[in-house]
Amino acid sequence: MTASALTAWDKVQLARHPHRPHTLDYVRSCCEDFTELHGDRRFGDDAAIVSGLARFDGRTVMIVGHQKGRDARENVKRNFGMPRPEGYRKALRLFQHAEKFGFPVLCFIDTPGADPGIQSEERGQGNAIAENILVMAGLRVPIVAIVIGEGGSGGALAIGVADRLLMLEHSVYSVASPEGTAAILWRDSAKAPDAARAMKITAQDLQALGIADDIIAEPEGGAHTDAAVVLEAAGQALRQQMATLCQLDTETLLAQRYSKYRRIGQFQEAQLHLLNGTAPEPPAVLPF
Amino acid sequence: MKEWFRRQPKHFTPATRDSGQQIPDNMWVKCSSCGELNYVKQLNDNLKVCKCGYHMRLTAREWLGLLDADTFVEEDAELAPSDPLEFVSTKDVYVQKLAENQERTGLNDALVSGHGTIQGNPLHIAVSEFTFIGGSMGSVYGERLARAAERAAELQHPLLTITATGGARQHEGVLSLMQMAKTNMALTRLAAIGQPHFALLVDPCYAGVMASYASVADVIIAEPGARIGFAGQRVIEQTIRQKLPAHFQTAEFMVEHGMIDMVVPRAELRATLARLLRLYGGTASNDVVADDIPATLQV
Repeated sequence: MTASALTAWDKVQLARHPHRPHTLDYVRSCCEDFTELHGDRRFGDDAAIVSGLARFDGRTVMIVGHQKGRDARENVKRNFGMPRPEGYRKALRLFQHAEKFGFPVLCFIDTPGADPGIQSEERGQGNAIAENILVMAGLRVPIVAIVIGEGGSGGALAIGVADRLLMLEHSVYSVASPEGTAAILWRDSAKAPDAARAMKITAQDLQALGIADDIIAEPEGGAHTDAAVVLEAAGQALRQQMATLCQLDTETLLAQRYSKYRRIGQFQEAQLHLLNGTAPEPPAVLPF
Repeated sequence: MKEWFRRQPKHFTPATRDSGQQIPDNMWVKCSSCGELNYVKQLNDNLKVCKCGYHMRLTAREWLGLLDADTFVEEDAELAPSDPLEFVSTKDVYVQKLAENQERTGLNDALVSGHGTIQGNPLHIAVSEFTFIGGSMGSVYGERLARAAERAAELQHPLLTITATGGARQHEGVLSLMQMAKTNMALTRLAAIGQPHFALLVDPCYAGVMASYASVADVIIAEPGARIGFAGQRVIEQTIRQKLPAHFQTAEFMVEHGMIDMVVPRAELRATLARLLRLYGGTASNDVVADDIPATLQV
Protein backbone atom coordinates (compact mmCIF):
# COMPACT_ATOMS: atom_id res chain seq x y z
CA MET A 1 0.00 0.00 0.00
CA THR A 2 1.43 3.36 -0.90
CA ALA A 3 1.52 6.11 1.65
CA SER A 4 -1.14 8.19 -0.10
CA ALA A 5 -3.61 5.31 0.09
CA LEU A 6 -3.39 5.13 3.87
CA THR A 7 -6.54 6.17 5.70
CA ALA A 8 -6.47 8.32 8.84
CA TRP A 9 -7.16 5.18 10.85
CA ASP A 10 -4.23 3.35 9.19
CA LYS A 11 -2.05 6.24 10.26
CA VAL A 12 -3.35 5.98 13.83
CA GLN A 13 -2.24 2.36 13.81
CA LEU A 14 1.18 3.28 12.44
CA ALA A 15 1.53 6.14 14.94
CA ARG A 16 0.83 3.67 17.75
CA HIS A 17 3.00 0.87 16.39
CA PRO A 18 4.98 -0.59 19.30
CA HIS A 19 8.16 -0.84 17.25
CA ARG A 20 8.06 2.78 16.17
CA PRO A 21 11.07 4.79 17.39
CA HIS A 22 10.32 6.50 20.69
CA THR A 23 11.76 9.64 22.30
CA LEU A 24 14.89 8.03 23.72
CA ASP A 25 15.70 6.51 20.31
CA TYR A 26 15.72 10.01 18.81
CA VAL A 27 17.77 11.41 21.67
CA ARG A 28 20.38 8.65 21.35
CA SER A 29 20.50 9.15 17.61
CA CYS A 30 20.69 12.93 17.28
CA CYS A 31 22.22 14.09 20.59
CA GLU A 32 25.37 13.47 22.58
CA ASP A 33 26.02 13.47 26.31
CA PHE A 34 22.35 13.06 27.18
CA THR A 35 22.03 13.49 30.92
CA GLU A 36 18.61 12.70 32.27
CA LEU A 37 17.26 14.96 35.00
CA HIS A 38 14.56 13.62 37.27
CA GLY A 39 11.68 14.74 39.41
CA ASP A 40 9.38 17.70 39.83
CA ARG A 41 10.72 18.68 43.32
CA ARG A 42 7.11 18.59 44.49
CA PHE A 43 5.88 15.06 44.49
CA GLY A 44 7.77 12.53 42.43
CA ASP A 45 9.34 11.48 39.16
CA ASP A 46 7.16 10.38 36.28
CA ALA A 47 8.74 7.95 33.84
CA ALA A 48 6.11 8.81 31.20
CA ILE A 49 8.15 11.94 30.54
CA VAL A 50 11.91 11.82 29.99
CA SER A 51 13.88 15.02 30.22
CA GLY A 52 17.40 16.26 30.56
CA LEU A 53 20.30 18.04 29.01
CA ALA A 54 22.12 17.02 25.86
CA ARG A 55 24.48 18.33 23.20
CA PHE A 56 22.62 18.89 19.97
CA ASP A 57 24.32 20.34 16.92
CA GLY A 58 26.99 21.96 19.04
CA ARG A 59 24.57 23.45 21.58
CA THR A 60 23.36 22.40 24.98
CA VAL A 61 19.61 21.87 24.75
CA MET A 62 16.87 20.78 27.11
CA ILE A 63 15.11 17.63 25.99
CA VAL A 64 11.54 16.94 27.12
CA GLY A 65 9.54 14.07 25.65
CA HIS A 66 6.84 11.53 26.29
CA GLN A 67 8.25 8.04 26.56
CA LYS A 68 6.27 4.91 25.72
CA GLY A 69 7.41 1.39 26.49
CA ARG A 70 8.01 -1.49 24.08
CA ASP A 71 6.75 -4.36 26.23
CA ALA A 72 4.19 -4.77 28.98
CA ARG A 73 6.67 -4.29 31.81
CA GLU A 74 8.15 -1.13 30.39
CA ASN A 75 4.71 0.18 29.56
CA VAL A 76 3.61 -0.21 33.15
CA LYS A 77 6.68 1.75 34.23
CA ARG A 78 6.04 4.40 31.58
CA ASN A 79 2.26 4.36 32.11
CA PHE A 80 1.88 3.87 28.33
CA GLY A 81 3.30 7.34 27.83
CA MET A 82 0.44 8.99 29.73
CA PRO A 83 1.97 11.55 32.09
CA ARG A 84 0.66 12.33 35.54
CA PRO A 85 0.76 15.87 36.95
CA GLU A 86 4.25 15.27 38.38
CA GLY A 87 5.46 14.48 34.87
CA TYR A 88 4.16 17.79 33.56
CA ARG A 89 5.56 19.60 36.58
CA LYS A 90 8.95 18.01 35.95
CA ALA A 91 8.71 19.36 32.40
CA LEU A 92 7.70 22.76 33.77
CA ARG A 93 10.66 22.83 36.11
CA LEU A 94 13.01 22.01 33.29
CA PHE A 95 11.45 24.53 30.88
CA GLN A 96 12.19 27.20 33.47
CA HIS A 97 15.61 25.70 34.06
CA ALA A 98 16.31 25.94 30.32
CA GLU A 99 15.21 29.57 30.32
CA LYS A 100 17.50 30.33 33.26
CA PHE A 101 20.55 28.99 31.43
CA GLY A 102 19.49 30.03 27.93
CA PHE A 103 19.20 26.47 26.60
CA PRO A 104 16.83 25.96 23.66
CA VAL A 105 14.13 23.32 24.22
CA LEU A 106 13.47 20.26 22.09
CA CYS A 107 10.18 18.42 22.71
CA PHE A 108 9.18 14.97 21.49
CA ILE A 109 5.45 14.35 21.48
CA ASP A 110 4.16 10.79 21.71
CA THR A 111 1.25 10.20 24.06
CA PRO A 112 -2.28 8.81 23.95
CA GLY A 113 -3.16 11.62 26.38
CA ALA A 114 -2.71 12.72 29.97
CA ASP A 115 -3.30 10.06 32.62
CA PRO A 116 -6.99 9.90 33.64
CA GLY A 117 -6.80 8.57 37.20
CA ILE A 118 -8.00 9.49 40.67
CA GLN A 119 -4.54 10.51 41.89
CA SER A 120 -3.91 12.59 38.79
CA GLU A 121 -7.14 14.48 39.45
CA GLU A 122 -6.25 14.96 43.10
CA ARG A 123 -2.92 16.44 42.14
CA GLY A 124 -4.44 18.76 39.55
CA GLN A 125 -3.97 17.30 36.08
CA GLY A 126 -5.79 20.20 34.42
CA ASN A 127 -3.74 22.75 36.32
CA ALA A 128 -0.47 20.99 35.50
CA ILE A 129 -1.21 21.05 31.76
CA ALA A 130 -2.49 24.63 31.85
CA GLU A 131 0.59 25.92 33.68
CA ASN A 132 2.87 24.33 31.10
CA ILE A 133 0.97 25.90 28.21
CA LEU A 134 1.17 29.28 29.91
CA VAL A 135 4.88 29.04 30.67
CA MET A 136 5.77 27.74 27.21
CA ALA A 137 3.80 30.65 25.72
CA GLY A 138 6.24 33.10 27.25
CA LEU A 139 9.44 31.04 27.57
CA ARG A 140 12.39 33.19 26.52
CA VAL A 141 14.27 30.45 24.62
CA PRO A 142 13.51 28.75 21.30
CA ILE A 143 11.21 25.72 21.44
CA VAL A 144 10.99 23.12 18.68
CA ALA A 145 8.48 20.29 19.03
CA ILE A 146 8.09 17.19 16.91
CA VAL A 147 5.19 14.74 16.94
CA ILE A 148 6.82 11.34 16.51
CA GLY A 149 3.74 9.19 17.10
CA GLU A 150 0.48 10.13 18.77
CA GLY A 151 -0.31 13.69 19.78
CA GLY A 152 -3.09 13.00 22.23
CA SER A 153 -5.00 16.13 23.16
CA GLY A 154 -4.04 18.37 26.10
CA GLY A 155 -1.59 15.74 27.24
CA ALA A 156 0.43 16.46 24.10
CA LEU A 157 -0.06 20.22 24.04
CA ALA A 158 1.32 20.41 27.60
CA ILE A 159 4.79 19.98 26.10
CA GLY A 160 3.83 21.12 22.61
CA VAL A 161 3.58 24.92 22.54
CA ALA A 162 6.51 25.68 20.27
CA ASP A 163 8.02 28.08 17.76
CA ARG A 164 8.06 25.27 15.22
CA LEU A 165 5.95 22.13 15.15
CA LEU A 166 7.18 19.24 13.02
CA MET A 167 5.30 16.02 12.42
CA LEU A 168 6.38 12.66 11.10
CA GLU A 169 4.52 11.66 7.95
CA HIS A 170 2.33 9.08 9.68
CA SER A 171 1.95 10.77 13.04
CA VAL A 172 -1.39 12.13 14.26
CA TYR A 173 -2.41 14.99 16.54
CA SER A 174 -5.96 15.40 17.77
CA VAL A 175 -8.26 17.14 20.21
CA ALA A 176 -9.35 13.77 21.62
CA SER A 177 -8.61 10.15 20.80
CA PRO A 178 -10.61 8.83 17.82
CA GLU A 179 -12.10 6.24 20.20
CA GLY A 180 -13.17 8.97 22.62
CA THR A 181 -14.75 11.12 19.94
CA ALA A 182 -16.47 8.09 18.40
CA ALA A 183 -17.94 7.20 21.79
CA ILE A 184 -19.39 10.70 22.16
CA LEU A 185 -20.34 11.77 18.64
CA TRP A 186 -21.06 8.35 17.13
CA ARG A 187 -22.19 6.76 20.43
CA ASP A 188 -19.96 3.81 19.52
CA SER A 189 -16.22 3.63 20.10
CA ALA A 190 -15.97 1.02 17.32
CA LYS A 191 -16.58 3.90 14.91
CA ALA A 192 -13.10 5.24 15.70
CA PRO A 193 -12.00 4.89 12.05
CA ASP A 194 -14.85 7.22 11.00
CA ALA A 195 -14.00 9.64 13.78
CA ALA A 196 -10.32 9.60 12.82
CA ARG A 197 -11.23 10.65 9.29
CA ALA A 198 -13.76 13.31 10.32
CA MET A 199 -11.47 14.90 12.92
CA LYS A 200 -8.65 15.66 10.45
CA ILE A 201 -5.83 14.41 12.60
CA THR A 202 -3.09 13.43 10.16
CA ALA A 203 0.15 15.35 9.72
CA GLN A 204 -1.08 16.37 6.27
CA ASP A 205 -4.34 17.72 7.74
CA LEU A 206 -2.45 19.68 10.36
CA GLN A 207 -0.17 21.20 7.80
CA ALA A 208 -3.20 22.24 5.75
CA LEU A 209 -4.75 23.79 8.87
CA GLY A 210 -1.58 25.80 9.43
CA ILE A 211 -0.61 24.08 12.66
CA ALA A 212 2.23 21.79 11.58
CA ASP A 213 5.15 23.67 10.00
CA ASP A 214 6.84 20.75 8.27
CA ILE A 215 6.43 17.05 7.67
CA ILE A 216 9.23 14.49 7.81
CA ALA A 217 8.91 11.62 5.36
CA GLU A 218 8.77 8.05 6.62
CA PRO A 219 9.82 4.94 4.74
CA GLU A 220 7.10 2.98 2.97
CA GLY A 221 5.39 0.93 5.68
CA GLY A 222 6.13 3.36 8.48
CA ALA A 223 8.96 4.59 10.70
CA HIS A 224 9.48 1.21 12.37
CA THR A 225 10.42 -0.48 9.09
CA ASP A 226 13.62 1.53 8.80
CA ALA A 227 14.18 3.49 12.00
CA ALA A 228 17.68 4.67 11.05
CA VAL A 229 16.36 6.61 8.07
CA VAL A 230 13.68 8.35 10.14
CA LEU A 231 16.02 9.17 13.01
CA GLU A 232 18.47 10.73 10.59
CA ALA A 233 15.80 12.72 8.72
CA ALA A 234 14.22 13.96 11.96
CA GLY A 235 17.61 14.96 13.35
CA GLN A 236 18.35 16.87 10.19
CA ALA A 237 15.02 18.73 10.25
CA LEU A 238 15.34 19.56 13.93
CA ARG A 239 18.88 20.90 13.49
CA GLN A 240 17.71 23.12 10.66
CA GLN A 241 14.75 24.56 12.57
CA MET A 242 16.77 25.07 15.71
CA ALA A 243 19.58 26.83 13.86
CA THR A 244 17.09 29.27 12.30
CA LEU A 245 15.38 30.03 15.60
CA CYS A 246 18.65 30.51 17.46
CA GLN A 247 19.47 33.42 15.16
CA LEU A 248 16.40 35.39 16.28
CA ASP A 249 16.61 37.80 19.17
CA THR A 250 14.32 36.95 22.07
CA GLU A 251 11.72 39.65 21.44
CA THR A 252 11.29 38.64 17.80
CA LEU A 253 11.10 34.99 18.81
CA LEU A 254 8.36 35.71 21.35
CA ALA A 255 6.44 38.01 19.01
CA GLN A 256 6.47 35.33 16.30
CA ARG A 257 5.35 32.66 18.76
CA TYR A 258 2.52 34.92 19.93
CA SER A 259 1.21 35.57 16.46
CA LYS A 260 1.64 31.93 15.41
CA TYR A 261 -0.83 30.78 18.08
CA ARG A 262 -2.95 33.90 18.07
CA ARG A 263 -3.82 33.26 14.41
CA ILE A 264 -5.04 29.70 14.83
CA GLY A 265 -8.77 29.23 14.46
CA GLN A 266 -11.40 29.71 11.79
CA PHE A 267 -14.49 31.84 12.07
CA GLN A 268 -16.54 34.28 10.09
CA GLU A 269 -17.81 37.73 10.84
CA ALA A 270 -21.58 37.93 10.60
CA GLN A 271 -24.61 39.14 12.46
CA LEU A 272 -26.02 35.65 12.77
CA HIS A 273 -27.52 36.08 16.20
CA LEU A 274 -29.44 39.13 15.05
CA LEU A 275 -30.67 37.49 11.88
CA ASN A 276 -32.26 34.62 13.74
CA GLY A 277 -34.82 36.84 15.34
CA THR A 278 -36.07 33.97 17.47
CA ALA A 279 -33.91 34.69 20.47
CA PRO A 280 -35.66 33.59 23.65
CA GLU A 281 -37.15 36.39 25.69
CA PRO A 282 -34.57 37.92 28.00
CA PRO A 283 -34.48 36.09 31.33
CA ALA A 284 -35.49 37.81 34.53
CA VAL A 285 -32.56 39.77 35.89
CA LEU A 286 -31.34 37.97 38.97
CA PRO A 287 -30.80 40.17 42.04
CA PHE A 288 -27.12 39.42 42.55
CA MET B 1 -62.05 -8.97 62.25
CA LYS B 2 -58.49 -9.85 61.39
CA GLU B 3 -59.03 -8.00 58.16
CA TRP B 4 -59.22 -4.76 60.13
CA PHE B 5 -55.63 -5.08 61.22
CA ARG B 6 -54.24 -6.06 57.92
CA ARG B 7 -52.65 -3.21 56.11
CA GLN B 8 -54.79 -2.37 53.15
CA PRO B 9 -53.01 -1.77 49.92
CA LYS B 10 -53.33 1.86 49.09
CA HIS B 11 -55.39 2.41 46.02
CA PHE B 12 -53.38 5.17 44.59
CA THR B 13 -53.46 5.99 40.95
CA PRO B 14 -50.78 8.42 40.01
CA ALA B 15 -52.10 11.23 37.90
CA THR B 16 -51.03 10.87 34.34
CA ARG B 17 -48.21 13.22 33.57
CA ASP B 18 -47.80 14.29 30.04
CA SER B 19 -44.50 16.04 30.38
CA GLY B 20 -45.44 18.24 33.31
CA GLN B 21 -48.68 19.49 31.80
CA GLN B 22 -50.46 20.24 35.07
CA ILE B 23 -47.57 22.33 36.35
CA PRO B 24 -47.77 25.55 34.42
CA ASP B 25 -44.54 26.40 32.74
CA ASN B 26 -42.56 29.24 34.23
CA MET B 27 -44.26 28.95 37.62
CA TRP B 28 -42.50 26.13 39.41
CA VAL B 29 -39.07 24.70 38.92
CA LYS B 30 -38.08 21.28 40.12
CA CYS B 31 -34.66 21.05 41.76
CA SER B 32 -32.64 18.39 39.97
CA SER B 33 -30.77 17.67 43.19
CA CYS B 34 -33.47 17.31 45.90
CA GLY B 35 -36.55 17.09 43.68
CA GLU B 36 -38.39 19.85 45.57
CA LEU B 37 -40.49 22.31 43.65
CA ASN B 38 -39.45 25.93 43.89
CA TYR B 39 -41.75 28.83 43.13
CA VAL B 40 -40.03 30.64 40.32
CA LYS B 41 -40.26 34.14 41.78
CA GLN B 42 -38.78 33.00 45.06
CA LEU B 43 -36.16 30.92 43.25
CA ASN B 44 -35.05 33.91 41.20
CA ASP B 45 -34.84 36.01 44.35
CA ASN B 46 -32.51 33.32 45.67
CA LEU B 47 -30.41 33.60 42.49
CA LYS B 48 -31.67 30.15 41.45
CA VAL B 49 -30.26 28.45 44.50
CA CYS B 50 -32.67 25.82 45.80
CA LYS B 51 -33.64 25.64 49.47
CA CYS B 52 -31.43 22.53 49.63
CA GLY B 53 -28.42 24.65 48.64
CA TYR B 54 -28.16 23.29 45.11
CA HIS B 55 -26.92 25.95 42.73
CA MET B 56 -28.91 25.61 39.52
CA ARG B 57 -27.26 26.36 36.23
CA LEU B 58 -27.50 29.94 34.95
CA THR B 59 -27.34 31.09 31.37
CA ALA B 60 -24.54 33.37 30.25
CA ARG B 61 -27.00 36.26 30.08
CA GLU B 62 -28.13 35.61 33.64
CA TRP B 63 -24.51 35.63 34.81
CA LEU B 64 -24.09 39.09 33.35
CA GLY B 65 -26.43 40.20 36.14
CA LEU B 66 -23.32 40.13 38.35
CA LEU B 67 -22.34 43.41 36.71
CA ASP B 68 -23.74 46.78 37.69
CA ALA B 69 -27.09 47.26 35.97
CA ASP B 70 -26.87 48.35 32.33
CA THR B 71 -23.08 48.52 32.27
CA PHE B 72 -22.45 45.48 30.09
CA VAL B 73 -21.26 46.23 26.58
CA GLU B 74 -20.92 43.15 24.42
CA GLU B 75 -17.88 42.85 22.16
CA ASP B 76 -17.05 40.64 19.20
CA ALA B 77 -20.67 39.54 18.84
CA GLU B 78 -20.19 39.55 15.07
CA LEU B 79 -17.72 36.63 15.23
CA ALA B 80 -19.55 33.53 14.10
CA PRO B 81 -18.47 29.91 13.89
CA SER B 82 -17.65 28.21 10.62
CA ASP B 83 -17.19 24.54 9.86
CA PRO B 84 -13.48 24.21 9.06
CA LEU B 85 -13.44 20.39 9.04
CA GLU B 86 -16.85 19.98 7.35
CA PHE B 87 -17.61 17.76 10.29
CA VAL B 88 -20.26 15.08 9.98
CA SER B 89 -20.90 12.15 12.30
CA THR B 90 -23.85 9.78 12.48
CA LYS B 91 -25.15 11.77 15.41
CA ASP B 92 -24.68 15.23 14.06
CA VAL B 93 -23.82 17.47 11.20
CA TYR B 94 -21.87 20.36 12.67
CA VAL B 95 -23.44 23.16 10.60
CA GLN B 96 -26.91 21.93 11.53
CA LYS B 97 -25.95 21.58 15.16
CA LEU B 98 -24.64 25.14 15.16
CA ALA B 99 -27.85 26.44 13.59
CA GLU B 100 -30.00 24.60 16.15
CA ASN B 101 -27.96 25.89 19.05
CA GLN B 102 -27.97 29.43 17.70
CA GLU B 103 -31.72 29.30 17.26
CA ARG B 104 -32.35 27.94 20.74
CA THR B 105 -29.97 30.16 22.69
CA GLY B 106 -30.04 33.34 20.65
CA LEU B 107 -26.25 33.33 20.82
CA ASN B 108 -23.95 32.48 17.96
CA ASP B 109 -21.40 30.57 20.01
CA ALA B 110 -20.70 29.35 23.52
CA LEU B 111 -18.97 32.43 24.93
CA VAL B 112 -20.28 35.95 25.53
CA SER B 113 -17.68 38.63 26.18
CA GLY B 114 -17.47 42.34 26.76
CA HIS B 115 -16.91 44.85 29.50
CA GLY B 116 -18.80 46.40 32.38
CA THR B 117 -18.39 47.35 36.00
CA ILE B 118 -18.92 45.74 39.40
CA GLN B 119 -19.59 48.33 42.10
CA GLY B 120 -18.08 50.86 39.78
CA ASN B 121 -14.88 48.87 39.15
CA PRO B 122 -14.35 48.38 35.42
CA LEU B 123 -13.51 44.93 34.13
CA HIS B 124 -13.62 42.70 31.07
CA ILE B 125 -15.78 39.65 31.33
CA ALA B 126 -16.16 36.41 29.36
CA VAL B 127 -18.94 33.99 30.22
CA SER B 128 -19.50 30.58 28.70
CA GLU B 129 -22.95 29.27 27.84
CA PHE B 130 -23.21 25.61 28.79
CA THR B 131 -26.40 25.03 26.82
CA PHE B 132 -24.55 25.87 23.59
CA ILE B 133 -22.90 22.52 22.65
CA GLY B 134 -21.88 21.94 26.25
CA GLY B 135 -20.08 25.27 26.60
CA SER B 136 -17.38 23.82 24.38
CA MET B 137 -14.43 25.89 23.24
CA GLY B 138 -13.96 26.17 19.50
CA SER B 139 -12.44 28.90 17.33
CA VAL B 140 -15.00 31.62 18.15
CA TYR B 141 -14.87 30.93 21.88
CA GLY B 142 -11.08 31.02 21.83
CA GLU B 143 -10.93 34.14 19.69
CA ARG B 144 -13.42 36.03 21.86
CA LEU B 145 -11.59 35.07 25.02
CA ALA B 146 -8.20 36.01 23.55
CA ARG B 147 -9.57 39.37 22.39
CA ALA B 148 -11.15 40.00 25.80
CA ALA B 149 -7.80 39.32 27.49
CA GLU B 150 -5.95 41.55 25.02
CA ARG B 151 -8.45 44.39 25.39
CA ALA B 152 -8.34 44.07 29.16
CA ALA B 153 -4.55 44.37 28.93
CA GLU B 154 -4.80 47.44 26.68
CA LEU B 155 -7.31 49.19 28.93
CA GLN B 156 -5.61 48.00 32.14
CA HIS B 157 -8.74 46.16 33.23
CA PRO B 158 -8.93 42.97 35.23
CA LEU B 159 -10.51 39.99 33.45
CA LEU B 160 -13.27 37.87 34.91
CA THR B 161 -14.02 34.55 33.26
CA ILE B 162 -17.11 32.57 34.23
CA THR B 163 -16.88 29.04 32.95
CA ALA B 164 -19.18 26.05 32.59
CA THR B 165 -17.88 23.69 29.94
CA GLY B 166 -17.34 20.17 28.75
CA GLY B 167 -13.99 21.11 27.19
CA ALA B 168 -12.65 21.69 23.70
CA ARG B 169 -15.18 21.37 20.86
CA GLN B 170 -14.52 18.14 19.02
CA HIS B 171 -16.30 19.29 15.85
CA GLU B 172 -13.47 21.74 15.15
CA GLY B 173 -10.81 19.13 15.88
CA VAL B 174 -7.28 20.21 16.57
CA LEU B 175 -8.22 23.86 15.97
CA SER B 176 -10.18 23.64 19.22
CA LEU B 177 -7.20 22.08 20.98
CA MET B 178 -5.05 24.98 19.84
CA GLN B 179 -7.47 27.46 21.42
CA MET B 180 -6.05 26.24 24.71
CA ALA B 181 -2.68 27.62 23.65
CA LYS B 182 -4.20 30.73 22.10
CA THR B 183 -6.16 31.75 25.21
CA ASN B 184 -3.18 31.22 27.50
CA MET B 185 -1.00 33.08 25.03
CA ALA B 186 -3.32 36.10 25.27
CA LEU B 187 -3.31 35.88 29.06
CA THR B 188 0.45 36.51 29.03
CA ARG B 189 -0.40 40.06 27.86
CA LEU B 190 -2.63 40.60 30.86
CA ALA B 191 0.04 39.24 33.20
CA ALA B 192 2.66 41.47 31.59
CA ILE B 193 0.78 44.64 32.55
CA GLY B 194 -0.01 43.35 36.01
CA GLN B 195 -3.77 42.99 35.77
CA PRO B 196 -5.41 40.01 37.42
CA HIS B 197 -7.50 37.25 35.88
CA PHE B 198 -10.27 35.97 38.12
CA ALA B 199 -11.87 32.67 37.20
CA LEU B 200 -15.27 31.64 38.46
CA LEU B 201 -15.87 27.94 37.89
CA VAL B 202 -19.49 26.84 37.83
CA ASP B 203 -20.96 23.42 37.29
CA PRO B 204 -19.54 21.66 35.29
CA CYS B 205 -15.96 22.55 34.35
CA TYR B 206 -13.93 19.93 32.55
CA ALA B 207 -11.23 18.84 30.14
CA GLY B 208 -9.55 21.20 27.67
CA VAL B 209 -10.83 24.38 29.27
CA MET B 210 -9.78 23.22 32.74
CA ALA B 211 -6.40 22.42 31.19
CA SER B 212 -6.03 25.98 29.91
CA TYR B 213 -7.17 29.47 30.89
CA ALA B 214 -9.60 28.46 33.64
CA SER B 215 -7.03 26.86 35.90
CA VAL B 216 -4.20 29.39 35.56
CA ALA B 217 -6.19 32.37 36.84
CA ASP B 218 -4.71 34.50 39.58
CA VAL B 219 -7.70 33.81 41.79
CA ILE B 220 -9.91 30.78 41.23
CA ILE B 221 -13.39 30.76 42.78
CA ALA B 222 -15.90 27.95 42.47
CA GLU B 223 -19.56 27.64 43.35
CA PRO B 224 -20.55 25.11 46.02
CA GLY B 225 -20.99 21.63 44.61
CA ALA B 226 -19.70 22.50 41.13
CA ARG B 227 -18.11 19.48 39.45
CA ILE B 228 -14.62 20.37 38.33
CA GLY B 229 -11.93 18.16 36.85
CA PHE B 230 -9.81 17.20 33.90
CA ALA B 231 -10.91 13.70 32.92
CA GLY B 232 -14.63 12.93 32.86
CA GLN B 233 -15.92 10.60 35.56
CA ARG B 234 -16.98 7.91 33.11
CA VAL B 235 -13.49 7.83 31.60
CA ILE B 236 -11.91 7.47 35.03
CA GLU B 237 -14.36 4.75 36.07
CA GLN B 238 -13.63 2.82 32.89
CA THR B 239 -9.89 3.16 33.50
CA ILE B 240 -9.82 2.14 37.15
CA ARG B 241 -12.94 -0.06 37.06
CA GLN B 242 -14.31 1.24 40.35
CA LYS B 243 -17.10 3.61 41.35
CA LEU B 244 -15.89 7.06 42.28
CA PRO B 245 -16.72 8.62 45.65
CA ALA B 246 -19.54 11.20 45.56
CA HIS B 247 -17.27 13.96 46.78
CA PHE B 248 -14.74 13.40 43.96
CA GLN B 249 -14.18 16.33 41.55
CA THR B 250 -16.41 18.77 43.41
CA ALA B 251 -15.51 22.36 44.22
CA GLU B 252 -14.98 21.27 47.82
CA PHE B 253 -12.65 18.46 46.67
CA MET B 254 -10.68 20.97 44.62
CA VAL B 255 -10.24 23.39 47.51
CA GLU B 256 -9.26 20.49 49.80
CA HIS B 257 -6.51 19.50 47.37
CA GLY B 258 -5.26 23.04 47.00
CA MET B 259 -6.35 23.46 43.37
CA ILE B 260 -8.63 26.48 43.81
CA ASP B 261 -8.69 29.43 46.19
CA MET B 262 -12.22 29.42 47.51
CA VAL B 263 -15.76 28.15 47.31
CA VAL B 264 -18.21 31.03 47.38
CA PRO B 265 -22.02 30.69 47.50
CA ARG B 266 -23.81 32.52 44.72
CA ALA B 267 -25.34 35.09 47.08
CA GLU B 268 -21.86 36.26 48.10
CA LEU B 269 -20.25 36.30 44.65
CA ARG B 270 -20.87 39.91 43.77
CA ALA B 271 -19.52 41.17 47.08
CA THR B 272 -16.50 38.85 46.83
CA LEU B 273 -15.67 39.97 43.31
CA ALA B 274 -16.11 43.63 44.22
CA ARG B 275 -13.74 43.16 47.17
CA LEU B 276 -11.16 41.47 44.96
CA LEU B 277 -11.41 44.20 42.36
CA ARG B 278 -10.81 46.80 45.07
CA LEU B 279 -7.88 44.83 46.51
CA TYR B 280 -6.17 44.63 43.12
CA GLY B 281 -6.44 48.37 42.72
CA GLY B 282 -9.85 49.04 41.26
CA THR B 283 -10.68 52.70 40.90
CA ALA B 284 -14.01 52.78 42.69
CA SER B 285 -13.75 53.94 46.27
CA ASN B 286 -14.73 51.84 49.23
CA ASP B 287 -17.81 53.91 49.88
CA VAL B 288 -19.68 52.19 47.06
CA VAL B 289 -21.44 49.61 49.13
CA ALA B 290 -24.30 48.50 46.93
CA ASP B 291 -24.05 45.06 48.44
CA ASP B 292 -25.14 46.40 51.81
CA ILE B 293 -28.51 47.25 50.30
CA PRO B 294 -30.89 44.32 50.68
CA ALA B 295 -30.86 42.22 47.54
CA THR B 296 -34.55 42.82 46.89
CA LEU B 297 -34.02 46.55 46.48
CA GLN B 298 -31.27 46.23 43.92
CA VAL B 299 -31.92 44.93 40.39
